[in-house]
Amino acid sequence: MPGAIQAEGLVKTFGDVKALDGVDLEVPEGTVLGLLGPNGAGKTTTVRCLTTLLRPDSGRAVVAGIDVLKHPDAVRRSIGLSGQFAAVDEYLTGRENLQMVGQLYQMRAKAARARADELLEQFHLADAADRTAKTYSGGMRRRLDLAAALVVSPPVMFMDEPTTGLDPRNRQQLWDVIKDLVSGGTTLLLTTQYLEEADHLAHDIAVVDQGKVIAQGTSDQLKARTGGERVEVVVHEREHIRTAAALLDKYSLRGLGQGDTTVEEHMRKITTPVSGGAKLLAEIIRELDAEGIEIDDIGLRRPTLDDVFLSLTGHVAESAQSDDEEAAK
Amino acid sequence: MSAVTESVRVASHGNAFTRSVRDSLVVAKRNLIRMVRIPEVVIFGLIQPIMFVVLFSYVFGGSLDIGGSTSPQVYREFLMAGIFAQTVTFATAGAGAGIAEDMHKGLIDRFRSLPMARGAVLTGRTLADMVQTALTLLVLAIVALLVGWRTHTSIGEVLGAFGLLLLTGYAFTWIGAVIGLSVRTPEAATSGGLVWLFPVTFVSNAFVDSSNMTPWLRHIADWNPFSATVQACRELFGNPGVSTSDAWPMQHPVWASVIYSVLIIAVFRTLAVRKYRSAAA
Ligand SMILES: Nc1ncnc2c1ncn2[C@@H]1O[C@H](COP(=O)(O)OP(=O)(O)O)[C@@H](O)[C@H]1O
Ligand SMILES: [Mg+2]
Repeated sequence: MPGAIQAEGLVKTFGDVKALDGVDLEVPEGTVLGLLGPNGAGKTTTVRCLTTLLRPDSGRAVVAGIDVLKHPDAVRRSIGLSGQFAAVDEYLTGRENLQMVGQLYQMRAKAARARADELLEQFHLADAADRTAKTYSGGMRRRLDLAAALVVSPPVMFMDEPTTGLDPRNRQQLWDVIKDLVSGGTTLLLTTQYLEEADHLAHDIAVVDQGKVIAQGTSDQLKARTGGERVEVVVHEREHIRTAAALLDKYSLRGLGQGDTTVEEHMRKITTPVSGGAKLLAEIIRELDAEGIEIDDIGLRRPTLDDVFLSLTGHVAESAQSDDEEAAK
Repeated sequence: MSAVTESVRVASHGNAFTRSVRDSLVVAKRNLIRMVRIPEVVIFGLIQPIMFVVLFSYVFGGSLDIGGSTSPQVYREFLMAGIFAQTVTFATAGAGAGIAEDMHKGLIDRFRSLPMARGAVLTGRTLADMVQTALTLLVLAIVALLVGWRTHTSIGEVLGAFGLLLLTGYAFTWIGAVIGLSVRTPEAATSGGLVWLFPVTFVSNAFVDSSNMTPWLRHIADWNPFSATVQACRELFGNPGVSTSDAWPMQHPVWASVIYSVLIIAVFRTLAVRKYRSAAA
């Protein structure tokens, strides 16, 4: 299947700042790519280049099969963009905002209005349709902005940090809307500073830092790359700890710099670094069972994307934290 | 949904010009709705020119020599063309601030990501500003009549003068558009849109008879595009103080005013559209 979004070697410099330093991306049709990175990584600049808002200094991009630099107007007809800040006119009502966007997509006034009503319903804004957007909450504005990006049901969508600054309830609601959307086959490129969000919504994750894609893969692949997967077992009887620890130690990745099997006596818990995932877990359960060891709990503990980020960039995604604090004010 | 997509495709076949007109009207409507919902903007836009009408009429009236007369009534009739013209140029600041705000709020990005006509966002804005200017002129003309301003020509000539004023104001909003697209905040666009207007409107024939100026200032005043509109209005209103200077724009003020406006639109519209297309918010 052809990539609905393809970028090759995008470079963009602002004065001394190299915002993009050769970005390569490929998003297969009907999938979601999460562009994950801290503040200033180049996420917005990438989105702006792909949505015809910014001309890269060099590089090539194809969106929905159309060359972005050669036919920007044709690209605009095939994409929807929800920018980093909700771009709605505060003094227009929700309905007026959507109708205007529809008309600017060259729909007739009547068709634009009908589509606006449909979207207001879909985004739970029907009750607020005739209020000016000024009176909307942050979550409502975000939904209106997203609705505006969907007026013509474009095959390719871009969302730049759609949930930054939203409270958990609104974030969850927006996630549901986005999942709905992609289940309908839309190709989506989504940027986020939230590791959890990328994990939750995206098929593939591209980690960007300082204008470069430093890793790309599924969330599982990225985690596997970082290593650090471990099995934790809590045995029922204290006297089984030794046997169980010896058994688990056979699967340990000791020697790969992943540490040893550890035992926490008082909790009857044994932890060992492994690789092999769920299949391995089943095998361990069978072996423990064969030995007659009763267990209270067993689980595969995977690293979070925070761990992934740390191991890839050598620094934590601090800016995401400070942004949260800002949004909370 | 596929029906919607279908209608989009069909509509987009319209030729570039009708598309441009339609898009501009959609944006103009949006700006007019905003105007109705934020009436303060229109009201504050009226206070300053009304104050000028009243203050200049009563403070300067009787102390300035217009064509050999110091009668307050003569000065009042002389003054109005100047104040009308100054008022229409102040629309520059409104257009600039509005466009800067749209950039700031990310709306320009939204518009630029849509398959709409190139200059429509700016044309829509300047058209809406022209409606506001017309409204302001109407109120101002009534106030002027109340303080004793009169016209002495045919209705056609008077309407022609107001037409020239609107054209001048429209041309100046394109300068505002360039300013709005060049600055980072709406506040900067407001002050940036206003500061240079004071020298332009004062080094002119708007408030004083330019024949009383020192020669080099008078030269500037006579060739000032703004003076051409003022002179044309005085002539078309039949008001006193029409300059007798032999500078071409003073001899042919209507033509000069039209030519200046068309030139300003041609230059600044081109600049504004180019800036809009590469705008980086
Ligand atoms: N218009 C601009 N002018 C100057 N520098 C910019 C501009 N846009 C982005 N940058 C710089 O480029 C880098 C990448 O920015 P951006 O793409 O916005 O990052 P992100 O969206 O990941 O936070 C940052 O260092 C930012 O300061
Ligand atoms: Mg960003």
